Amino acid sequence: MTLAIKASGLAKAYGDVVALNGIDIEVEQGTVLGLLGPNGSGKTTTVRILATLLQADSGTASVGGFDVATQPDEVRSVIGLTGQYAAVDEYLTGRENLELFGRLFHLSKFDAAKRAAELLDRFDLSDAADRGIKGYSGGMRRRLDLAASLIGRPNVLFLDEPTTGLDPRSRQGMWEVIEDLIAEGTTVLLTTQYLEEADQLANRIVVLDHGNVIAKGTSNELKSQVGGDRIEIVVESAGDVTKAAGLIQEFGSAPAITEDLTKTILLPVAGGSTAIVNIVRKLDENKISIADIALRRPTLDDVFLSLTGHVTENTEEVSKPAKGRRGRKARS
Amino acid sequence: MSTLTTDSVKEVTAPRPRFGWLITDSISVSRRHLLKITRVPESLFFALIQPVMFVLLFAFVFGGAIDVGPGGAQAYREYLIPGILAQTVMFAVAGITVGITEDASKGIMDRFRSLPMRPGAVLTGHTLASLLQNILVIAILSITGLAVGWRIHNGFSDAALAYLMFASFAYAITWVGAWIGLHMPNSEVAGTAGLAWIFPFTFASNIFTPVATMPTWLQPFVLWNPVSCLALAARQLFGNPTPLLGDSFPERYPVQLSFAYCFLLLAIFAPLAVRAFKTRNK
Repeated sequence: MTLAIKASGLAKAYGDVVALNGIDIEVEQGTVLGLLGPNGSGKTTTVRILATLLQADSGTASVGGFDVATQPDEVRSVIGLTGQYAAVDEYLTGRENLELFGRLFHLSKFDAAKRAAELLDRFDLSDAADRGIKGYSGGMRRRLDLAASLIGRPNVLFLDEPTTGLDPRSRQGMWEVIEDLIAEGTTVLLTTQYLEEADQLANRIVVLDHGNVIAKGTSNELKSQVGGDRIEIVVESAGDVTKAAGLIQEFGSAPAITEDLTKTILLPVAGGSTAIVNIVRKLDENKISIADIALRRPTLDDVFLSLTGHVTENTEEVSKPAKGRRGRKARS
Repeated sequence: MSTLTTDSVKEVTAPRPRFGWLITDSISVSRRHLLKITRVPESLFFALIQPVMFVLLFAFVFGGAIDVGPGGAQAYREYLIPGILAQTVMFAVAGITVGITEDASKGIMDRFRSLPMRPGAVLTGHTLASLLQNILVIAILSITGLAVGWRIHNGFSDAALAYLMFASFAYAITWVGAWIGLHMPNSEVAGTAGLAWIFPFTFASNIFTPVATMPTWLQPFVLWNPVSCLALAARQLFGNPTPLLGDSFPERYPVQLSFAYCFLLLAIFAPLAVRAFKTRNK
């Protein structure tokens, strides 16, 4: 196996704040690693070090076989980087931006123009190619930014929160584009706050918290650690909570958690959809009326709760994935 | 969305950086900034309108109160234009400070730094674009000057040397602006800080009033101030009035001193700025 990215003991502090506390990361050629964690967990710092934008205080890292500290030029010629903010010039058109970056990648004028046209076409931006970026939507900007990072046909692509702040439809569009790239064999290091996104795109996931790796594995491995699906039932009357929990326990894979105040029962289950049917039937037979029932997949909050005992400390609520699968911050 | 098969053809290429890239990369970057000027022509318009207003203001409003020797108002207008040219070159520096801070606070600087381009080219390209804009402003300002009565009395070669001197100084001083811009937290601060240091150099100078009218404690600063040297040198080369204070070194060799300042500014601030660029956020 060939490692496209290998980092060991990476550490970085900004003054007193430790951003990275000596982490190890390995990404095999042609695979996708998802770096999962809340704001401030060290995801972006990791990407910036690997993309030669930042110097680690200690530790070593190589990308595409080149050392990021001693061979930055070589590393830059094999990577592509898409950051959290669309890194393009607002006053130029989409085409002018891509041609500029192509020229700076030392493509000939002709090749830069050709490559720009290819990428604009590929990312559905041909119609807007000769318009200023100012008029682009958020999703279009992100696609252009991703296109810009592909100018040099990188072997290793860094995607730093590629869908943060996008609406669900644009997010889906980005995922499709990224899936295509992955299918072509590009090695990708993706950072995200969304378990769903890591689940969808990554082969392996590394979970970061406060600059430490707190878990790594495949999506399934992580989910089994978290405890899999849960069914969330809200009953009409607070008095029914305990009774209902007792009645439906037989369908659960672990003890139900009850929350009297919100009249909610959380039941970990193995087979999600069959369990829902059984639960509804059982409660109906017992004349307990249900206000709401939903199948909940584990979220990043759940991962954190189960791995660290604390929930994510996101201060800002960035737009959440579709369908409102949000973790509750406190449970009794 | 079509899938390109060419994308899957990967080869690990790690070309060695070459000096020629510094030139081609700089041209690419300056092209970016020049395109930007065409997209926001207002920026150029106001870069032009401000010095023209200064010319009109001083030629027709304040000028009458300032005595630069025999010749009265006409002499003052001839005295004024080289000064305004020096002032314009100074004020243009604030623009690059804001531009660089803006780039640095947005993602595009990261994009540049993750490309295999020469890092210095981001700055050389920006300063070159700024120089081209400066040259245009200097040309238009000279025409305005001619319209209000300013004249070039000496030969072509002296005038050409004067313009070369303005262009050299304009280029050298933008590196100071670039260096400052790389240390500013955001473009609002850059807007004020980028102008703050320009004011004393621009106004504690001989560009509007002769050195002799200023307090003696200030005169040494005014005499050695690069902006004064530039204006005095230009007046000498154009054959405009040059009311002198005495025979101090800067008044005897203003042309040589101006070029020496250009060289010094470039030698100090270009490496400082490139270093600040490379280490910013590291």
